[in-house]
Amino acid sequence: MTEPLLVGTDLFKMYGTTPALRGSSLTIRAGEIVAVMGSSGSGKSTLLHCLAGIVRPDDGTVVYAGREISAMSDVERSALRRRDFGFVFQFGQLVPELTCVENVALPLRLDGVRRKEAERRSREWLDRLEVGDVAGKLPGQISGGQGQRVAVARALVTEPKVVFADEPTGALDSLNGEKVMQLLGQAARDTGAAVVLVTHEPRVAAYADREVVVRDGASLDLERVA
Amino acid sequence: MSIGHSFLGLLEGKPRHGYDLKRAYDERFSPGRPLHHGQVYATLSRLLKNGLVVVDGLEPGEGPERKRYAVTDAGITDVQTWLSQPEKPEPYLQSVLYTKVVLALMTGRPADEILDVQRTEHLRLMREVTRRKTGGDLAEQLICDHALFHLEADLRWLELTAARLNELAARVRP
Repeated sequence: MTEPLLVGTDLFKMYGTTPALRGSSLTIRAGEIVAVMGSSGSGKSTLLHCLAGIVRPDDGTVVYAGREISAMSDVERSALRRRDFGFVFQFGQLVPELTCVENVALPLRLDGVRRKEAERRSREWLDRLEVGDVAGKLPGQISGGQGQRVAVARALVTEPKVVFADEPTGALDSLNGEKVMQLLGQAARDTGAAVVLVTHEPRVAAYADREVVVRDGASLDLERVA
Repeated sequence: MSIGHSFLGLLEGKPRHGYDLKRAYDERFSPGRPLHHGQVYATLSRLLKNGLVVVDGLEPGEGPERKRYAVTDAGITDVQTWLSQPEKPEPYLQSVLYTKVVLALMTGRPADEILDVQRTEHLRLMREVTRRKTGGDLAEQLICDHALFHLEADLRWLELTAARLNELAARVRP
């Protein structure tokens, strides 16, 4: 068993007077794919946001590779997210004015990689995600399934240590959703990235190595209980 | 699964030996769960007796594997009738899981734990089937999808029941 890479411990988070997390804990090891499941409003997306350093928990700690994310400054957290983390959301959130290859190259460009090199690496990732033919198109000119594959390419182009995927197939039909999951899972395994996969769909969760359930803001590792 | 009808359909393409028929059936319809030889020859004997197949040729040697079978006109009609009739949908109205949950509630045992343990078991099997599907050809993928959709339906029921346990407890507790 590898060492823990990302550890959230006793996380609490309130939105106004509504508790979203109530003592949730989760450990992610390098290279594993973990499905975070739960009904709407259970707190699973908030848990992902806290683990990824997008949201600061009210209480509890998030430690990534030995460093406490929850105690970092905003600038430090942004840099960490850019370099070590990749993100895929339900709707690809591609920049509509940029071509697909420019979208994928964006995280590399923000990290100082020269345009030519960034686009070369991006094209490789688009090919790997089987959407090399849309490289020069704008997001508005491609289908939802293609857009989500471009988003996966953008999440993986920096070869992150952890990919956070929040309902990555939620807006897709079954066939496209399965294809995206197969490609995401394979790419993560090839690069050794861990994946935190938030989903309410059992067939999507079945691509993971294990499952954690969030109920009323607390996470349960049912497999360890069983 | 109607092995007899499947054999008749396979024989409609071309006459086959018993072993060839078994191999074709296992590959196409039952990967991972091959037929026993006994099932193959019992089925062929029945089809022969009912006039749905005939022995089309014999090769030198002993045993049923040497016989080549061909489908008869009556056999083709039988397959046609079978294919054109809808399968009766499984009603799923007698559920062991439901019985377990109700008995747990009636006897004061933790029903939520029963649901959680079952959920874990279902998802474990779904992961296994998904791995098999990922490495399989189209036929294998479709067979696995059939299993995955059914397992998913069970999981959704487990979730729904977990969300309504208190309501159910109030009704079934003496």
